[in-house]
Amino acid sequence: MSAAETPLLSVTNLKRHYDVRLPGGLFGTPATLKAVDGISFEIMKGKTLGLVGESGCGKSTTAKLVLGHIPVTAGEIRFDGEKVTANHNAQWRALRRRMQMIYQDPLGALDRRLSVADQIGEPIQIHAPETPKAERDERVASLMADVGLRRDMADRFPHELSGGQRQRVVIARALSLKPDLLVGDEPVSALDVSIQAQVLNLLDDLRQSTGFTALFISHDLKVVRQMSDRVAVMYLGRIVESGAPEEVFRRPQHPYTQALVSAIPTIRRSAVANRIVLKGDPPNPVNAPSGCPFHTRCPSAIAQCKSEVPALLETAGHKVACHLVNNAPAGAGIAAE
Amino acid sequence: MTLELNDPKSIAEDSGSGSVFTAKDRLTAFFETWPPLVLFALFWIAFSAFVVAFAPLIAPYDFMSMDLPSRLTPPVFFGGVWTHPLGTDELGRDVLSRLIISIRISVVIAFLSTLIAATLGVTLGFLAAYFRGRVEQLILILIDAQASMPFMIIALAVLAFLGNSLTLFVILMGFYGWERIARIARGLAISANEQGYATAVRDLGASPWRIYSRHILPNIASTLIVSMTLNFPEVILLESGLSFLGLGIQPPMTSLGNMVGYGRDYIQSAPWIMLAPSVAIVLTTLSISIVGDWMRDLFDPTLK
Amino acid sequence: MLRYTLLRILRALITVTLIVSLAFVILRLSGDPAIIILGPEAPPEAYAAFRTNWGLDQPIWIQYLKYFGAVSQGDLGNSMRDGRSALQVVGERVPLTLAITIPALFLKILIGLPAGICAALYRNTYIDRLIMTVSVMGFTVPSFVLGLVLALIFAVKLGWLPSGGSDTWQHAILPILTMGLIGAAVIARFTRSAMLEVLGQPYIRSASAKGLVWREVVTSHALPNAAIPTLTIVGFMVGSLVAGAVVVESVFSWPGVGRLLVTAVANRDLAVVQVILLFIGFTMVFANLTVDLLYGWVDPRLRTKQLQAGS
Repeated sequence: MSAAETPLLSVTNLKRHYDVRLPGGLFGTPATLKAVDGISFEIMKGKTLGLVGESGCGKSTTAKLVLGHIPVTAGEIRFDGEKVTANHNAQWRALRRRMQMIYQDPLGALDRRLSVADQIGEPIQIHAPETPKAERDERVASLMADVGLRRDMADRFPHELSGGQRQRVVIARALSLKPDLLVGDEPVSALDVSIQAQVLNLLDDLRQSTGFTALFISHDLKVVRQMSDRVAVMYLGRIVESGAPEEVFRRPQHPYTQALVSAIPTIRRSAVANRIVLKGDPPNPVNAPSGCPFHTRCPSAIAQCKSEVPALLETAGHKVACHLVNNAPAGAGIAAE
Repeated sequence: MTLELNDPKSIAEDSGSGSVFTAKDRLTAFFETWPPLVLFALFWIAFSAFVVAFAPLIAPYDFMSMDLPSRLTPPVFFGGVWTHPLGTDELGRDVLSRLIISIRISVVIAFLSTLIAATLGVTLGFLAAYFRGRVEQLILILIDAQASMPFMIIALAVLAFLGNSLTLFVILMGFYGWERIARIARGLAISANEQGYATAVRDLGASPWRIYSRHILPNIASTLIVSMTLNFPEVILLESGLSFLGLGIQPPMTSLGNMVGYGRDYIQSAPWIMLAPSVAIVLTTLSISIVGDWMRDLFDPTLK
Repeated sequence: MLRYTLLRILRALITVTLIVSLAFVILRLSGDPAIIILGPEAPPEAYAAFRTNWGLDQPIWIQYLKYFGAVSQGDLGNSMRDGRSALQVVGERVPLTLAITIPALFLKILIGLPAGICAALYRNTYIDRLIMTVSVMGFTVPSFVLGLVLALIFAVKLGWLPSGGSDTWQHAILPILTMGLIGAAVIARFTRSAMLEVLGQPYIRSASAKGLVWREVVTSHALPNAAIPTLTIVGFMVGSLVAGAVVVESVFSWPGVGRLLVTAVANRDLAVVQVILLFIGFTMVFANLTVDLLYGWVDPRLRTKQLQAGS
């Protein structure tokens, strides 16, 4: 990664809070749900960032914030140097040409009443309505070929396709305008395991052939590992660790990442033997714990963890937000391996 | 509507080729899919559609031409003659011809009015769903106000103050039932927005106009058509009520309610003048209601 | 509960404002209100006085406010027919209308409620089908057709009852019967679907699973719950006690408010039309408000639902 390269997407201190009412009292007690609570990252042109974490940690909210689908509470998102807002005006709509999303549930993301070809051609109709029909059909046909859909499926409707085929339609639709940034929110988690690999390989191939920049969000470490140049681990609305995939998965520093990694079964190591089992469920983000958000479940928490929020500090491209790691002599950590 | 009539035929042909079932089973199965009442209603609707389309060609006489010597001729089988199958009225006009023209006018008015109500209702419902907040509150207040006043009274007041013309009358009838369609359209659009496809299309960069007209509207069309079908007979009842009172369609034009209104003066001497259009009103509204209910159960059991 | 009540009252006030505004708008759209309200043959001083009184020489929004003032004082002009106050002309017809609509309301409930409950309890049997077929007929037969057919049978053919007028109590029978039968069809249908919905609820199934006698389940669990939606439609009928008789009064020449409205519209006696419009509007809003408050009192779920809807 050369210093001359500019990030295509840079996110600074991003926050998204929701006002909620807890049961109790006449109309409920007002409270704040901190879905995303101050995260920062950058994605260089042509690179892929993988975001992992349990459900409810704020990954999907991050995806929607980055694309300007929902407004931010605080913080800034810059795409190619320009600020991304959630005002759904003409400018926002024009920006969709350059940033697209792949959804978790492909059936829900497709209009049941449009044929496959119409779905894939719709972005062209929206953003380049002057395109002649013949040219559009041609582009749709080549996109279908690119994502591995047979030509005769053009006239089918979403409910007549398999889950994997539907996701291919969504991918083709997202790529129809050659976007610079593609955000995948759990793009394969709704698919059968055998299909997951196919779709992941397809995405990998497409990334190499078209060179889009990507943010991939998944709860599945394997998916993120296969797809990403860098990974970031999220817990309760914060990034707790980030770095190159080999670094993070081979030598996880944060106790939470260590627990996640230990849960992956491998051939060499029996998963049961060394597995770190976390106590309890993630805390309710409405009343997130003070200090380090992980201290309630952390096997090695110390007094400082309860009061002070650990900063995300970098050592040789590997960032960790943990008092135990950052206070310890450089390199020592609490490495589990 | 004639299309729907074609379907039972094709089904009958299909079941004719199946050899597993006995004739009796086939008949039972057929009537389970197509209840006799629904078949009858569809038949009457198709017949009315035919009458509406070709009224001037079918009508044996000009509906306004008077024939004083043969006035108040009773219908055939009640002492009348075949030249006037449904008899003649007090001016010797042919009741059958007037009935045919009346069906045409009443159905066309109800159709146009329902279209106006649907357009108005869908537009306001979508605006409420799109803007939410204050615009939605305002539209909900309008819906409430409209629903809390008997429409007949509003219609009478407007007719009293603004006078009567055919255009005004059709527009006025178009205000009947918009609030129900608006409520349904708003609810469906809000739930469509919560489903993925509308959000996904928005995220592709589609304009709100495109989202609502190309995506949400086609997706909710079947429910809207059912509720329009249920609005239709009510407009016919309203129109015929106002025309019966002499405040709707004005002579020399004629409509079903109008015929009943003028025929009531002859209820003792020539009840057929009033009964013929009454039967036509009841058959038409009954048929459309039956088909509407049947379609609702078939396509959309959630709508009540 | 207080919040709910206040919200409902606020909404009723908004509806009343809308109705008065509607009257103002169509009044202004139709031409010079002085001529419309006073009639074309009033003396010039009367026009001048009316114009000053209603502020017709002032900006439109002041006229609008003055109109509200006039409405609140009942100063609504005179009937063109005999020059008496329009309010008085309408007022003296109200008892005649109530004389047929109140008995008709009782008839509707007496027939409709048991029929609807019966249809629901014997769902999908011949009893249900018979009741529902008759009920659908009630929806689709216009009241003037039913009225004329009843008149044809009982007055013309059998000669048992008079066909029009208001001289004796026998004259009231056919109008009451017409309105009662049609309204009963509406109530029966509403009651049936309300009952069916309640009978499908888990608490009813669990009540009968607990071993309660079916009769007890129906009377102590199903009926009270099914009564709630039925109350709305009955409330609407109470509200339209004055409005609902327009057609039927005309069929039987019964000299009530409805008949007055029809003749006033035909003669363009606009002061009278205006009074009837406002009068009916106010009674409807008041009836709806009462029903909604009762409703909220009977069914606490509804209060919260309405609050959450933000209305």
